[in-house]
Amino acid sequence: MPLLIGLPGHLTYDIVFVVATLLAIGSALGVVLARNPFHSSLSLILNLVALATFYLLLQADFLAAAQVIVYAGAVMIMFLFVTAYLGGRGGEPARDRPWWQFALAAIAAAALVAEVIFAVVDQSLAQGPHVADSFGSPDAVGTSFLGRYLLAFEGTSILLMVAAVGGVVLGSRRAARRLPGERSALEHELAPHELSVQSQLIDVETRFEVAGTAPEKDDA
Amino acid sequence: MEINVQYFIAVSAILFGIGLFGIFTRRSPLILLLSVEIMLNSCNLALISFARSNGQTAGQTFALVVMAVAASEVVIGLGLVVAMARRKADLDVDHLTTLRH
Repeated sequence: MPLLIGLPGHLTYDIVFVVATLLAIGSALGVVLARNPFHSSLSLILNLVALATFYLLLQADFLAAAQVIVYAGAVMIMFLFVTAYLGGRGGEPARDRPWWQFALAAIAAAALVAEVIFAVVDQSLAQGPHVADSFGSPDAVGTSFLGRYLLAFEGTSILLMVAAVGGVVLGSRRAARRLPGERSALEHELAPHELSVQSQLIDVETRFEVAGTAPEKDDA
Repeated sequence: MEINVQYFIAVSAILFGIGLFGIFTRRSPLILLLSVEIMLNSCNLALISFARSNGQTAGQTFALVVMAVAASEVVIGLGLVVAMARRKADLDVDHLTTLRH
């Protein structure tokens, strides 16, 4: 797998792995430690791209593409949009936090990391087997997803639909509590004469002439 | 070529730990959602590493499912954040205790 000209394949692989690791860990720390939520979101985009690099190294080509398109493309745009919508309110509340909270959080996270690393370090899964070039292609993943794991696919589709409905319900203006008598932007009430003027305007604007045919005449 | 899957699992564990640290220490719901994203993605990395280690595509399939779960979680979570902001609620997870009483 000679990715870089003049370097043996495994060395190139190791270099890409080390760079992606540094990027992933650094950007994850950036997400967690940044004061500004906008900076956190941008760091997460970097983190997602580093993870897509890992997926490529693990021969998960389709998932790497899906990762960039779904996350960096769609999800992060939503995050940035909401961050911009909230303005300064999305940031960290300025309050003093007890020092032991940081210490305990760091100890808990470090304990989990150490546990997993100790569990994995001497395992026989060290060497992955030789796999065909088609491993991780859209063909292979799709055959698995729509064949043996069809139930998971259907569950995913239901989950996405529920999420879409939930997003609409949560985002609609009716969900917000209003004072009695307060109008929302959607329920813009017009006086009767305004309504008739509007309907006439719409009537005029939507009466198009189709090329080659004479406009209909209202004889009535 | 043969690859060491261990290192990928180790990176995945470190990323999960960083996300956990963020969950424990931050109070802004936006940052909490971002930390959850980091943790979900580290689990995806572990799934794909084990898929490569076993030579099976199933792990990649379930990584796709996890991606869908993460996308749904973001939609609902951000919807809740926007709804809270619209009600002029304090965007601090320590103060959002209305459901608890």
